Amino acid sequence: MHFFPEQASTFASHVDALYLFLIAVTAFFSLLIGVLVVVFAIRYRRKSPDEVALEVHESGLLEIVWTVIPFGLTMVMFFWGASVFFRITRPPSNAIDIYVTAKQWMWKLQHTDGRREMNELHVPIGQPVRLTMASEDVIHSFYVPAFRFKRDVVPGRFSVAWFQATKPGKYHLFCAEYCGTRHSGMIGWIYVMTPADYQAWLAGGTPGETLASAGAKRFVENACNTCHGEQKGARGPSLNGLFGRAVRLQNGQTILADEAYVRESIVNPQAKLVEGYPPIMPTFQGLISEEGLLQLTAYIKSLSPAPAAPGAASSAASAATPVPERKSTRP
Amino acid sequence: MTNSNAPPARHPGANYLNSSYGVRSWLLTSDHKRIAIMYLIGVTVFFAIGGLAAALIRLELLTPAGDVFQAETYNKIFTTHGIMMVFFFMIPGIPAVLGNFLVPLMIGAKDLAFPRINLLSWYLYIVGGLIALWAVVHGGLDTGWTFYTPYSTVYSNGWVVVTAVGIFIAGFSSILTGLNFLVTIHTMRAPGMGWTRMPLFCWGMYAASIIQILGTPVVAITILLVGAERLFHLGIFDPAQGGDPVLFQHLFWFYSHPAVYIMILPAMAVISELVTAFSRKPIFGYKFIAGSSIAIAVLSFLVWGHHMFVSGQSVYAGLVFSVLSFLVAIPSAIKVFNWTTTLYKGSVSYQTPLLYALGFIGLFTFGGLTGLFLACLGLDIHVHDTYFIVAHFHYIMVGGTIMAYLGGLHYWWPKISGKMYPEYWSRVSAWVIFIGFNLTFFPQFIVGYLGMPRRYHAYPEEFQVLNVMSTAGASILGIGYLIPLVYFIWSMRYGQDAVDNPWGATGLEWETPSPPPTENFPETPAVTGKAYDYLTGREEAAVG
Amino acid sequence: MADATHAAAPGAPPELRHHFVDMEAQKEASALGMWIFLVTEVLFFGGMFTAYVIYRASYTRAFEGASNLLDLRLGAFNTVVLIVSSLTMALAVWAGQQGRKSLIVLFLLLTILLGSTFLGVKVIEYRQKFVHHEVPGPHFVVPLDEETHQPLPRQSEMFFSLYFCMTGLHALHMIIGIGLLLWLVARARRGEFTPRYNTPVDMVGLYWHFVDIVWIFLFPLLYLLGRHAL
Repeated sequence: MHFFPEQASTFASHVDALYLFLIAVTAFFSLLIGVLVVVFAIRYRRKSPDEVALEVHESGLLEIVWTVIPFGLTMVMFFWGASVFFRITRPPSNAIDIYVTAKQWMWKLQHTDGRREMNELHVPIGQPVRLTMASEDVIHSFYVPAFRFKRDVVPGRFSVAWFQATKPGKYHLFCAEYCGTRHSGMIGWIYVMTPADYQAWLAGGTPGETLASAGAKRFVENACNTCHGEQKGARGPSLNGLFGRAVRLQNGQTILADEAYVRESIVNPQAKLVEGYPPIMPTFQGLISEEGLLQLTAYIKSLSPAPAAPGAASSAASAATPVPERKSTRP
Repeated sequence: MTNSNAPPARHPGANYLNSSYGVRSWLLTSDHKRIAIMYLIGVTVFFAIGGLAAALIRLELLTPAGDVFQAETYNKIFTTHGIMMVFFFMIPGIPAVLGNFLVPLMIGAKDLAFPRINLLSWYLYIVGGLIALWAVVHGGLDTGWTFYTPYSTVYSNGWVVVTAVGIFIAGFSSILTGLNFLVTIHTMRAPGMGWTRMPLFCWGMYAASIIQILGTPVVAITILLVGAERLFHLGIFDPAQGGDPVLFQHLFWFYSHPAVYIMILPAMAVISELVTAFSRKPIFGYKFIAGSSIAIAVLSFLVWGHHMFVSGQSVYAGLVFSVLSFLVAIPSAIKVFNWTTTLYKGSVSYQTPLLYALGFIGLFTFGGLTGLFLACLGLDIHVHDTYFIVAHFHYIMVGGTIMAYLGGLHYWWPKISGKMYPEYWSRVSAWVIFIGFNLTFFPQFIVGYLGMPRRYHAYPEEFQVLNVMSTAGASILGIGYLIPLVYFIWSMRYGQDAVDNPWGATGLEWETPSPPPTENFPETPAVTGKAYDYLTGREEAAVG
Repeated sequence: MADATHAAAPGAPPELRHHFVDMEAQKEASALGMWIFLVTEVLFFGGMFTAYVIYRASYTRAFEGASNLLDLRLGAFNTVVLIVSSLTMALAVWAGQQGRKSLIVLFLLLTILLGSTFLGVKVIEYRQKFVHHEVPGPHFVVPLDEETHQPLPRQSEMFFSLYFCMTGLHALHMIIGIGLLLWLVARARRGEFTPRYNTPVDMVGLYWHFVDIVWIFLFPLLYLLGRHAL
């Protein structure tokens, strides 16, 4: 009988260690109370119908002790849990990007070279992988128990999270947020491969059109290029080199141009107006699909020299706070 | 209190049950005791419906394939289970049945502050329940009891609006009950019953009522907006129109987390009474138990975000909700320690109510500790939306609240009905329930950590053994619940007549006849002693 | 009603319910009950206010633009109407404490009249929105900004969704309030309110003032914030 899924990611063992600690505390206190209750009930059982109990006074000291000790223990749990959480939510900067579209009831995964997978994902060990996820319809959740990885995919925003696989094998992918009729059918597999096997797999298939080039087409289709051109006096800011750079807003704040910023600027352009430009960009809310938004984001990313932007793997809808430097410190 | 050598007193005299006959005299009553009985019937019916749904769920989950029901049907079944149990059994449960019956008696009042509003709240409960049932019968709802958007507002094909209306109406029932208790406890305590002489049961009802008043309106407006969005295509929570599904979650959980404390605070209130009565000594740490009830009520409003650690709130919000969720566990721990210490040097009698109370203490302690796993950020990511969560809340709600409800029902049954239940069968069923419960839900912790998500109609084969164990346990648990149903009904006709105070317990309710007359007390009693005054010049008590 | 089985204590006033010790206790309980009910109403409206504030922060331009399309004169007129109705309600409560039947009825009727005026104005406003296709749903047409005459951002529909929900819920409370006032008029005409017993007038007064206060918050939030210069 297994009690733990396999540990196949860099954070699995940390999560399990925390789990074991909590099991120990739970077992200790459950047994303590259970034994005390049984012992007292037996030792002090009523021996005659008219028996009266002995008076036991209140004890302020006892109350304090059994308040302070649980408090201390819970704070240990909190800090330990928070530290594991920070590890989970901060992707390293050299992560490769995978774009995920969730829709009832399937997972569509795309590598940056355009290779598409349906309900399956091949990744190499030892390489951080950042998932940028969007939903076409309702809330889903990308869950890989062996990685101890889970992140809700909420429509209307990008959800970004990361993992690094450590053990070759085949691991369950589940949708973990109820999403309708075939929720329990929205499952798949993550294939973790050695670097050599992964290269072989890459070489074997045909990459499709990359997300970036699909995005380039949409950029023109939606006439984005008519304002965001390179000519002097263009109505909108240039997007070359934008991604990953600090942007100064009209209200004086400076923010980082990451996936969240790009997506928000397409669907709600008035939220963050760039300094020096009139607020005339129309909103594309509801006019471009989630997949389209992913493609446009990939395209805009491709216009910047540095491929990966450091980004906290929190949800992209709570937009970036003012940052004094390049590091994203999203709240 | 009668001498133990006297024959059991019989009360052929007028009591609230025989004061008037006919359906009209019940349906138009303003007597809190009759209303409590009507609620008892109502919650039992809805519990049966929710329990039937649970049986169907466990039946399907015997095998990995979804071979008993179609997927959509299964989704409707678990939604029905959740809605029936949460809104029509757990939330009204102890407050509407035991609270309604006992609060006026315990404080020496003739009724609640607003008896006709009490009756109205029963009608609202029944109407809301019937509307929700109508939806179930006419095709059902498949959103889960949590109604997450945009699935519920845009994509679901079920009776969203009808069910939302049913829940909305039942919510008003809950608000009015809470309002009634708050005003009653504030203004109608007998002379001499200061706050620190009030039974802890009333403190628990008071704290739960605070939550009912403050939390329920928020879910009411939220569910109204969901209905409006669905009917009029409004887009408040629909991302395609600029709405935010996570805003729905915030508004929903702002109530639904405190709601679970509406379910547990009355249960804890019952346990305080049972532990002290069956130890026959004052409860240890009265002020701390009372104070911790209020602390739980306050803190419960500050932790809702722990349901949303993976849905996209910021890291810092996660930290805040995590630390507060740990803090809210502390007052519950204080209660458990105080109850345990009450047994120390007590005179412990093993009647059925105490068996339920001890079962509660064990199961609630364990289940509450598993809540710490969920408050822990690093761990919740993995177990969120898995069977670990399902196991946790069933330990508290079933291992906790339902055990306390049954314990209270057994304890006060002589007072409510004037009859005793059969002690042998009541102990048997207590054990059957305890064993069945653990077998049902403990395996779910394991299968949850292994990765089995919730609300899954079909699952990978490697999870089957644990699911079979769980279903076996559920069968036993179901039998365990049927036995009291049978003997309680049996006792009303064939049970031994009860004396005024079969347990030798303190409390104003035990100074009335079993069952009490309609007006409870011929004159308002004057209170001179502390609560749980077991040790000051007592006469012998009648033996239970 | 089962109340008939409870014999009134000798010398007890007829309005004293059997489970209360005296009129003082009954009045205290009624007042506490009404205040607690009003707290629930605060939380009830509060959910929508929260949603409005959050969306306004996210879609400021859309909301500002849409807000400017509301008729400020009608909104301001309604605000005055409601404030005056609170005055007439307070006078009705005062008259109730005096037990002056004709004055009670007069002030209640005035309050009803003012409340109905408010509702009439709201009907006019809602009709205007219907005509201008500002009602959210399949017939919604993105309105033009008042000043620039360019279409507002699409999220302006969200403003109108919340506008209708919030003012609609408020109007529903006004209708219920008017119903309560009519009930009071009927009771007052039967001479039921005396200096000894006028609690119902008092309690409905509390409710009416609360509904007024909700509007005092709604009006600036919906009509005034970000209003272009007049």
